[in-house]
Amino acid sequence: MGILNVTDLTKQFGKFTALDGVDLTVNEGEVFGFIGPNGAGKSTTIRVLLGIIKATAGQVEIFGKDAWKDAVEIHKRIAYVPGDVNLWPNLTGGEVIDLFLRLRGGNNKNKRDELIEMFDLDPSKKCRTYSKGNRQKVALVAAFSSDADLYILDEPTSGLDPLMEQVFQKCVGRVKEEGKSVLLSSHILSEVEKLCDRIGIIRQGKMIETGTLNELRHLTRTHLLVETKQPMKGLEELSGVHALVEMEQALSFQVDTEHLDEVMKHISKFGVLKLESAPPTLEDLFMRHYENNDNIKAGGAS
Amino acid sequence: MERSLSKNTGFLLRFIGRQDRIRIPLWLLGISFFTLVVPVAFKDMYPTQQERDVMAKTMENPAMTAMVGNGNLDHYTIGAMTAHQMLLLTAVVVGLMSILLLTRHTRGDEEEGRSELIHSLPVGRLANLMAACIVVIGTNVLLALITGFGLYALGIKTMNLEGSLLYGAILGGTGIIFAGVTALFSQLSENSRSVIGYSIALLIIAYLVRAVGDVSNKALSWFSPLGWITQAEVYATNNWWLVILMVGVSIVLFLIAAFLNIIRDLEAGFLPSRPGKETASLVLQHPIGLALKLQRTGTIAWALGLFVIGVSYGSVLGDLETFFEGNEMLENMLVDKAGYSMTEQFIPMLMMVIAILATVPPIMAVNKLLGEEKKNRVDHLLSKAVSRSRLLGSYLIIAIINGVIMLSLAAVGLWAAGTAVMDDAFSFWSIYSAAIVYYPAMLVMIGVVVFLIGVLPKLASIIWIYIVYSFFVLYLGGLFDFPEWVGKLSPFGYIPQLPVEEMEWLPVSLLLLTAIILMVVGFIGYNKRDIG
Repeated sequence: MGILNVTDLTKQFGKFTALDGVDLTVNEGEVFGFIGPNGAGKSTTIRVLLGIIKATAGQVEIFGKDAWKDAVEIHKRIAYVPGDVNLWPNLTGGEVIDLFLRLRGGNNKNKRDELIEMFDLDPSKKCRTYSKGNRQKVALVAAFSSDADLYILDEPTSGLDPLMEQVFQKCVGRVKEEGKSVLLSSHILSEVEKLCDRIGIIRQGKMIETGTLNELRHLTRTHLLVETKQPMKGLEELSGVHALVEMEQALSFQVDTEHLDEVMKHISKFGVLKLESAPPTLEDLFMRHYENNDNIKAGGAS
Repeated sequence: MERSLSKNTGFLLRFIGRQDRIRIPLWLLGISFFTLVVPVAFKDMYPTQQERDVMAKTMENPAMTAMVGNGNLDHYTIGAMTAHQMLLLTAVVVGLMSILLLTRHTRGDEEEGRSELIHSLPVGRLANLMAACIVVIGTNVLLALITGFGLYALGIKTMNLEGSLLYGAILGGTGIIFAGVTALFSQLSENSRSVIGYSIALLIIAYLVRAVGDVSNKALSWFSPLGWITQAEVYATNNWWLVILMVGVSIVLFLIAAFLNIIRDLEAGFLPSRPGKETASLVLQHPIGLALKLQRTGTIAWALGLFVIGVSYGSVLGDLETFFEGNEMLENMLVDKAGYSMTEQFIPMLMMVIAILATVPPIMAVNKLLGEEKKNRVDHLLSKAVSRSRLLGSYLIIAIINGVIMLSLAAVGLWAAGTAVMDDAFSFWSIYSAAIVYYPAMLVMIGVVVFLIGVLPKLASIIWIYIVYSFFVLYLGGLFDFPEWVGKLSPFGYIPQLPVEEMEWLPVSLLLLTAIILMVVGFIGYNKRDIG
């Protein structure tokens, strides 16, 4: 059992089913990447986790407590950064950070000031003058200054510049070292790839894939670029070979992981001069689910 | 050079006009409607010169002069009456209209980054300011013509064409002056909130300077553009040159604004923006402190407003007896109890109006929570260790205290002013108890809001309809002879009419109980529903 357990979570808004039997577990000390296209249900899931909206069905437990009933108790140990940070235009960034820290309980002035400096934020400015990135910094400083056990971050870097993104990654790394857990919802797949121990992909309100990046890679294809002495033949007839492209000297293609062995045996017969292989990126993984989606749609239409 | 500064002004003009195609007509409609409906009402309420002279007597006191300025009290015709009681206050509203309309399209657009987009196109540096100013000036000219010809078209004998046109021109002129003021502040300040703040502050200062001047030293009134309004003596000597003065001052203001606009950077201002606090004060570290801070300015404004309303009602108490004598319409509106003076009978009605007005700020205080929810800012609090009950409770406590303060301030103002003008003044307690007895009804209204926020958040604006209903039914109930149950649909209809009636504890206790039940149900609902 993880510190965050979601079982068969369903959320309906009137007739619209936003979440349909979502299962999700975040273990202690792990960074969990939560990815999916816009409108897939990431933010809705997070709002249920925070007890801001109520699950229609299913169990949602954090620290072994019910996310709806024991919301206040749970929130004492949670830090949250929303995707759209709307702040009060006539309060300053510093005031908002203090308010947030205070409302969670506890106050760590040193950490706060250090983070303000790290994120290069001017806390004396009114929130109305902040850009999207700066508003996000306010929420991030407040979150990382607090001494939480679980950090729930909903697309926290969408407005940050690359430099600040690195600071953010450092912060996540730091809380991970302290054995804290992080639920990171993101669009930036390279970031998820870099930071996350396990990943869940949500689409249309359903969790379609969960596991470590390695586990998920088994489900996908490896890129190969091969140059052989003799021209390679019969490759297209092998099962598990995709996206075959003939280059000047070489062939580029993708192979389903479970067919890798047969394909390699076949290639070696032609005398390998050069072999480059690249692991599938998260983007491939992600795109594959998109493509599947399109195929389904196309199939349905015809 | 000139050409390039104003390039595409015409295009922007149409663009701004299109954005405001509903807002501007609404302002024009509202202001014209009030301007035209009042003289008609005066004609019905004071049909004879004798009654109007009585009214003139009532107006003849410093408090009224401070409020509406000097009037032609010796010849208090319908025209003089309208110019005296309405012109200044309407002009203030017109000034407000100009401030709000112009700020949106100058500093407002700039602050939101929309001006940057516009300026990246082949558009002159001054084009946006010019277009925005022309739209607002045009609106004011239109208003001047509509009200001017409209007043004449009413066909009231004492409202001739020249006076009516001057009436309109003064309204428009005031609007244009404050458009100039706003244009200037839009260059000076970096954000639209302070542009509106500074401009309205100047409007209020102009009003106060005139008030002090009109009461004590006439020369002082000349320093305030609002002081010029009464000097125009509309429907009497008709001093047109004051309109010329207004236009002249406006031109100077617009020129300065244009000059500053040319020499400054986009999105920069001339007034230094003060850095705010780097850390939160102790007050701001609780939901209730945050809620208080968010509505501080509004609350102070309402408190001042209610005190002034109390004072202005109180200041007429001295002349009420003569005023009511012989005016059948007004007598009908009173409680009519033998053994009590007219003034005493007038008190419950006054208190009802004051109580309903004083209910508006506490309701706004609770409703603020819903506004915060719509802007997704409640999430910040609920995702911390803050329970929903604590959050809603914070807003409720503020509203409950807010209500007492509002009601008390109005009562104190009324009592103080009444004591100053009456020969045989009321005791403080008799006035205060007549006001505070409405508090349970106010609590029921607050209860209704809490109930709506908890259970039917989408329908929360119903409360305003309920308030307007209460006001009309109870204020005009006596006049139209509504059946009794119509009034009993409002909590205000159950309140014993002190000091004319005896105190009744039963209905008051039942109201309290109703309020508590509504609040409890509201809290239960709020704890159960989705946020946002």
